[in-house]
Amino acid sequence: MDVLGNLAHGFAVALTPTNLMWSLVGVTLGTAIGILPGIGPALTIALLLPVTYKIDPTSAFIIFGGLYYGAMYGCSTTSILINTPGETGSIVTTIDGNKMARAGRGAAALATSAIGSFVAGIIGTLLLAALAPEVVKLALLFGPADYFALMVVAFAAVSSLLGSSVLRGLVSLFIGIAVGLVGIDQQTGQSRFTFGVLELQDGLGVVLVAVALFAVGEALYLASRPDLRREELVPVKGRAFMTREDWARSWRPWLRGAAIGFPFGALPAGGTELPTFISYKVEKSLARNPDEFGKGAIEGVAGPEAANNAAVAGVLVPLLTFGLPTSSTAAIMLAAFQQYGIQPGPLLFTSNSALVWGLIASLLIGNAMLLVLNLPLVGLWVRLLFIPQPWLYGGIAVFAMLGVYGINRSLVDVAALIAIGLLGAMLRRLDYPIAPVIVGLILGPMSEIQFRRAVQISQGDLSVFATRPISGTLLVVAALMLAGAMAAHWRGRGTVPAQG
Amino acid sequence: MVRKPTHAGLFAFVLAAGAAALPASAQEMDQLSIMAPAAPGGGWDGTARVMQDVLQSAGIVKTVTVENVAGAGGTVGLAQFAKKKGDGKSLMVSGLVMVGAALSNKAPVQLTAVTPIARLTSEWEALAVPVGSDIKTLADLTAKLKTNPGAVSWGGGSAGGTDHITAALFAKAVGVDPAKINYIAHSGGGEAMASILGGHVTLGINSASELEPQVKAGKLRWLAVTSDKRIAGIDAPTLKELGVDLVIGNWRAVMAAPDLAPADRAKLTSVIDAMVKSEQWRKQLAQRNWLDNYLAGSEFETYLGEENKRVTEILKSVGLVK
Repeated sequence: MDVLGNLAHGFAVALTPTNLMWSLVGVTLGTAIGILPGIGPALTIALLLPVTYKIDPTSAFIIFGGLYYGAMYGCSTTSILINTPGETGSIVTTIDGNKMARAGRGAAALATSAIGSFVAGIIGTLLLAALAPEVVKLALLFGPADYFALMVVAFAAVSSLLGSSVLRGLVSLFIGIAVGLVGIDQQTGQSRFTFGVLELQDGLGVVLVAVALFAVGEALYLASRPDLRREELVPVKGRAFMTREDWARSWRPWLRGAAIGFPFGALPAGGTELPTFISYKVEKSLARNPDEFGKGAIEGVAGPEAANNAAVAGVLVPLLTFGLPTSSTAAIMLAAFQQYGIQPGPLLFTSNSALVWGLIASLLIGNAMLLVLNLPLVGLWVRLLFIPQPWLYGGIAVFAMLGVYGINRSLVDVAALIAIGLLGAMLRRLDYPIAPVIVGLILGPMSEIQFRRAVQISQGDLSVFATRPISGTLLVVAALMLAGAMAAHWRGRGTVPAQG
Repeated sequence: MVRKPTHAGLFAFVLAAGAAALPASAQEMDQLSIMAPAAPGGGWDGTARVMQDVLQSAGIVKTVTVENVAGAGGTVGLAQFAKKKGDGKSLMVSGLVMVGAALSNKAPVQLTAVTPIARLTSEWEALAVPVGSDIKTLADLTAKLKTNPGAVSWGGGSAGGTDHITAALFAKAVGVDPAKINYIAHSGGGEAMASILGGHVTLGINSASELEPQVKAGKLRWLAVTSDKRIAGIDAPTLKELGVDLVIGNWRAVMAAPDLAPADRAKLTSVIDAMVKSEQWRKQLAQRNWLDNYLAGSEFETYLGEENKRVTEILKSVGLVK
């Protein structure tokens, strides 16, 4: 396959004035929904479907692609500035990003996140163009046992997110796993912990819990502690941009983040969250000064933010080459393809090459647009911090509730939002970290379902986890990671204080 | 005395011309709201939005609104819809999945509470294996299933959904205890397809239209389809041809509110009838690869009762309904 020739063809499609305009519409809208907690790219594309049906498919997918990338840019902004991830892929960014913002380095955090997203987006998209069919073949080798082993690796990596006390971190993690059990069990169809409430049958959405714990929880916590409100934030200190040292500390995490994010996105059960956990762990292990993690290490923002953007490019690989949707956004995009009578799959690259390569080229262009759009905005966003805290957090609480109500128009969801928000405020008050709750909520149900599928297929034979090459290798990696973490702990440099 | 008949004749002519020019577009309703009991993007939502488009563009209803109420296999929407007693301007999209979900969720409101209007479409199911599989025909599968049902893992959608119901009914039809089948549930078609293509499950059970591109690409092989007749464009035998007495499709239907006045029910039925007969509806079906399976009135009501019975029995035998 002549990648360069196809790409040139793609640019010819994408560089028409109309398609450039659609790309701009997509990335701008994407940035906006990324910033608003609760409203994600999946919902937005679904709502746009009736409208985009009037324009030709290539333009529609240029909008959708730009929107998906834009959302991953936008979601880090609120993570960094107000400790509230706009999408679940930016949860890890809250840990160090928000600490940086509180110390007056918000602009640097926003910049490293925007440039890292750009670098990773470009690398991911080029990998998508060059390797898509090969990557999918590898990804399909992953069976349930291998996924379970991958989750074990992710759990081992989470040890670096746990915060000042391993015990408190584990408590938070298990709260998340417990919340993840609510709803219908996928394998048996039986409902668990729903207490007869029909609306709980589908479980508590990660978005809802994240918005509740971070946005509502933070607002309630600050309301309960008038003494904290007087704490002076330093909105901007020194140069408003990245220093030479910031660049030096960021570029390697960007590249590593991209390398970690892309394959995870391409896995049929990967997603954009897992690679951010792994990236954070990797950066912390490689850092010269790991104690700084959790207190505002720029690597802890640069790596995960690159990882989530590369993962988005990865998600498009199985979607375009096999018609496999691996995230809710990809599922909606698949529905959109079918609406146009186009079936993504092994034949798409030949049967609709103008669409595929036009989309890929427009993703590269959209990435550049996002950088141009976001870097000048950094200065503007940082000024958010000048808003008096009661006003700022009052506004956040209102937006969070509107957003969550808007997803399903369900009052049960709003009640759950407030209840979990109270839990979040309580956890903060008692100094329990917040991020592990979401990590548990994501990893718990995924690892459970993969474990049970593996054992069900093997008819109860547990040896599959050791005998399958991928699974066996991954379990050894997880064991080494845990052993390393324990050794580090005993040497006294273990985990560092981290909050929220 | 000569003029009058001329006037009347002219009047009749104008009427006839009007009727001929707009055969199906005699506007029957001002306003109609359709509930899609699922999130935007899925099959029920798609059905509701196509209905909206066709009813408006064919001039059957002036304004149609679509409302999404997602959750629990459509039973959250069903519970809300059942409260609209006597409302003659509301419809809800429904289908086989809701029959199963209402039963296995022990939902407070069952599908029998609402007024059936018509079945619209069916998506037929199919059984397929990876091309490298040692199962070449349906007979191979049946033989393997009879020797050791646990060794055959079925990859399909959610527990209690169409794929699961089909797998269980198949086992029953070939004389294997449905409780013994090893069904691996997946959320969404993409995840299930990855399991099938990767060879992690023995066979895939899914809608024929979702499996078709992978068969065309030479990755999967058909064993059978579950339709009553062969499906155009799909080179697979039906179960019936192969001696298995089973026809099942993932049908989608529209329901109206409970306790409807007979006049309102007749009105809604004629609105749907006009929609199904319109040019626009046929075009949409062809474009989306949906198969027309229109059935209205008392025949649909009888069908619904039979499906309810068949699904209850099979879900009991696999342990999803106590």
